[in-house]
Amino acid sequence: MPKSNPNIPDSDLKILVIDETPIRLAILEAGLKEAGFFDVTTLDTASALVERIYALDPDVILIDLENPSRDVLEQMFQVSRAVRRPIAMFVEQSDKATIEAAIDAGVSAYIVDGLKKERVKPILEMTVSRFRAFDRLRTELEETKSALKERKVVEKAKGILMKSRGMSEDEAYGLLRKTAMSQGKRLVDVAEGLISTFELLKD
Amino acid sequence: MRRSERVVRAGFIPLLDCAPLVIARERGFDTRFGFSFDLHREVSWANIRDKLDIGVFDCAHMLAPMPIAAMLGLGRATEPVIAPMSLSLNGNAITVSMGLHQEMRDADADAVRAGGMAAASALAEVVRRRAKAGREPLTLGMVYPFSCHNYDLRFWLASAGVDPDNDVNLIVVPPPLLAESLKAGRVDGFCVGQPWNSVAVEQGHGVIVATKSELWPFSPEKVLGVREAWAAEKPELLHDIIRALTQACQWLDEPENRYEAAAILAQPHHVGVTEESLLKPLTGQLQRGGGEPDIVDPDAVVFHRHDANFPWRSHAVWLISQMIRWGQVREPFDILKLAERVYRPKIYRAAVAPLSLAPPDEDYKSEGIAPGSAFFGGETFDPQAAIGHLKALPIRAAGTDLEAFAEHNL
Repeated sequence: MPKSNPNIPDSDLKILVIDETPIRLAILEAGLKEAGFFDVTTLDTASALVERIYALDPDVILIDLENPSRDVLEQMFQVSRAVRRPIAMFVEQSDKATIEAAIDAGVSAYIVDGLKKERVKPILEMTVSRFRAFDRLRTELEETKSALKERKVVEKAKGILMKSRGMSEDEAYGLLRKTAMSQGKRLVDVAEGLISTFELLKD
Repeated sequence: MRRSERVVRAGFIPLLDCAPLVIARERGFDTRFGFSFDLHREVSWANIRDKLDIGVFDCAHMLAPMPIAAMLGLGRATEPVIAPMSLSLNGNAITVSMGLHQEMRDADADAVRAGGMAAASALAEVVRRRAKAGREPLTLGMVYPFSCHNYDLRFWLASAGVDPDNDVNLIVVPPPLLAESLKAGRVDGFCVGQPWNSVAVEQGHGVIVATKSELWPFSPEKVLGVREAWAAEKPELLHDIIRALTQACQWLDEPENRYEAAAILAQPHHVGVTEESLLKPLTGQLQRGGGEPDIVDPDAVVFHRHDANFPWRSHAVWLISQMIRWGQVREPFDILKLAERVYRPKIYRAAVAPLSLAPPDEDYKSEGIAPGSAFFGGETFDPQAAIGHLKALPIRAAGTDLEAFAEHNL
């Protein structure tokens, strides 16, 4: 997002990040520090959450949406004696787009009442971009994993053909490929079919 | 409306009473009415609220007080949300740890054995004894500030003279963590929806001391929440959703279907607990645990009978009155006007008209007045006199200005 207002980051803002996904937590912490927010505390567990928030007295709380303890935070708006300063959700109507972007990215922000939204905006933008980056990373990782799995399946099917039909590796691969093309199926599906048929007929 | 627009995204929380949505999809009540549910399991009520607010969801399984809180802008500013139907009645219970159960038995074993409202007096005695001995106050859990669980627990405690804001420590704990929190001693008791009470009993960590149907039979619990603007834009689709959910609720209230319901709900992408812990509240064969007598209560959770799907405006008034009682809202306003904007019996009646059902003609009903009705152990509630009801109750949040509310509710 373009920075129309090059305001100096508020390095004194106390930020608490609650996220049970350690890698994402590390990515976000690094991002916030790079952006000049040095007072960042991270929690990878939500146990004794209220006490810890009370002890820390943060200006901004960031919590991932997969965390059931969001509802614990909701209670903190109600119980004023549990926190020294009232905490409010990021409520400015003019920033509905920012809230939507945050929820879409899977994170929610709570700020101390009265904190100017201009001071929080860069923090939220950073958080949203890091959450999205993590999502991409996770998707790539899953794709890599499933690609690896697929390769193993094809290897196994080739092995079966080589052993039972006395084919060379290239011949086995060629047969799988040809079958896949003629049946309009993916190579890995043909390989899986072959393996399960083989397992079925083995005994 | 184009076919592609007839996919309805709905959020739910893994609880027994998400059943209407799950059953509507799994048994095809949605497609019968020409739409399909795209269901999303969520981990917090705050997520449900936010995703409904920004339009990720079209509708949601909601705690009955949530649409009211949204309309009042409590918690955070949100789009106005309405409740055009109720999804279930009853279903909650108050469960205590084995240790607190023992203390309550020591204080008054008969009251604990009787359960329900009577058990509150045993708990009150424990609270007094602990205060006298200089011990830490009890910590009790519930699931969300704007929940019937919060109000049930508070009403129950206050009925026995326990001030929920000063005599005990009331905290929010997410339902799946409650049984574990009891075991670890982080909470001494909690009020939550099923199956989590039965899960705690099953695991040997808790004893059910009161069920909601013992405190207030056929009391409000979950509603269908939709954005007011969305309801106005898509009235036909909303009618079809209400029809499908009402038929799912009818199906759920057939005793022979409850076994199948338990099997469906037990699946990991629905509630994700044992079939057994769902079957107990579904069949009304509840074990209290701790050697206390079992409960036989076919109304432990009600989905359709007793006008369970009708959005009683008197329910809304009662919930609003509890928000006032406990200081969640301080600026006075017209209670009936708010109840009428949030709870929409007219939409419900119009939707179910082709189903040959006979929903009530009245929008309001009193509680605890009709013979045989029970409301928190002999209390009464007249929705036209909510402030009077509050004035008669000695315990409420400090600083609640009932006179100011009275001026707005003549």
